[in-house]
Amino acid sequence: MKFFYQFGKYILFLRGMFSKPERLSVYIDRTFTEMNNIGIGSLAIVVIIAFFQGAVTTLQIAYQLISPLIAKPVIGSIVSDSSMLELAPTITCLVLAGKVGSHISSEIGTMRVSEQIDALEVMGINSSGYLALPKIVGGLIMIPILVIISIFLSNVGGIIAGEASGILTSEEYLQGARESFLPYNLFFSLVKAVTYAFIITSVSSFHGYYTHGGALEVGSSSTKAVVYSAIAILFSDYILAQLML
Amino acid sequence: MIEINNIRKSFEGKEVLKGITTTFEAGKTNLVIGSSGHGKSVLMKCMVGLIVPDDGHVVYDNRDFTNLPYSEMRDVRREIGMLFQGTALFDSLTVEQNVEFSLKMFTKMTPAERKDRVDFCLSQVNLEGINSKFPAEISGGMKKRVGIARAIALDIKYLFSDEPNSGLDPLTSRVIDELIRDITEEFNITTVINTHDMKTVFDIGDNVIFIYEGSNEWQGKVKDIKSSGNKRLMNFIEASYLG
Repeated sequence: MKFFYQFGKYILFLRGMFSKPERLSVYIDRTFTEMNNIGIGSLAIVVIIAFFQGAVTTLQIAYQLISPLIAKPVIGSIVSDSSMLELAPTITCLVLAGKVGSHISSEIGTMRVSEQIDALEVMGINSSGYLALPKIVGGLIMIPILVIISIFLSNVGGIIAGEASGILTSEEYLQGARESFLPYNLFFSLVKAVTYAFIITSVSSFHGYYTHGGALEVGSSSTKAVVYSAIAILFSDYILAQLML
Repeated sequence: MIEINNIRKSFEGKEVLKGITTTFEAGKTNLVIGSSGHGKSVLMKCMVGLIVPDDGHVVYDNRDFTNLPYSEMRDVRREIGMLFQGTALFDSLTVEQNVEFSLKMFTKMTPAERKDRVDFCLSQVNLEGINSKFPAEISGGMKKRVGIARAIALDIKYLFSDEPNSGLDPLTSRVIDELIRDITEEFNITTVINTHDMKTVFDIGDNVIFIYEGSNEWQGKVKDIKSSGNKRLMNFIEASYLG
């Protein structure tokens, strides 16, 4: 029952965001700020994770597939496909659920417990729209871009690991990647990225917005935001794979 | 003028407000007094719409606030300024941006006009030259004054203040009290202040409502308090001075 109550509250929270903005230019400014916070602010961690993810995947696939019967470019095709289909969008977004989600939740939660959200409401501002909408729009724009960067860097990591270990050359890797490339896979990856972006930003905003109490509860909301976002990402990962592949 | 009629509110079965009815006059400093936990803050939050009362009406100059659709409620709220107990300044914005905030959201002023208005509001609360400071960089008393400046940035009709002197030293408290009184008189605002500071009551109060365990125990003019004959009110006043 509690799940349905919370889910209903979440839907009402989302519905409440969409009213006519008091001043569109302020919302646009805030969206650019959030794009910077979410996108540029997360770039370093995404670069590091994507690079090593590609490198390690290449080594592990090679470890499992080294055989005279299997052509080496197959390793490149598996790494590039798995990066595009699963690793880049899902792992990147799980990390972003931790980094971006906890930041959003604690920021809004702190505003709640220090009565800043009440101050917005008393001024006649739609607080959920003002606080959450720019974050959601910013996330929907920037997270797919981060996922594309992650796909690219996973492959760079794979190529470098292949060369450095002597398992396969960059030509072999790229040959495999090119041969197995399907534009639909990229589309699928971006659908995932957009879905996860919405989950991370909206679930985290929701948990921050309904924080009650003090510092302890802000921390608790932040934890809940990360946990529920991660669960929702994994659940939607399964649903999307079932529906689209 | 604000009229409240039979306001009731319960939390988890505990009745916090038990049918409060009163009127807050325009251009006057109206004080809601009472001990902590007796419903003052809940009443104020019901009045500004932060809490929905279980029953009763809040009427702002013949507009029944409690029955307005959300969009019209927001229009009334733009005539309301509120000074929160903890100031509730936006900590990611500078002092200037805090005061400018509602101007930017609701007016078509140019940046230069907004700057002039911000400077005027800050001068009203005797705060000049701190425009670029962040709330974390100024004292508690200054934060309260910035809160007042932010509240009066738009041409408000109603000013609410929840415990304006909490956490302030006596001298700063007096400055805040005088500022609120001056602004109320100068702009003919309906001001409602929650307090348990009897010095504030006698210094700046016009009308008083004494809340005891969620009920309207006594109301009248400040000058009539001492001759009220209400034992609970007298005990409260005595305890305030002893405290």
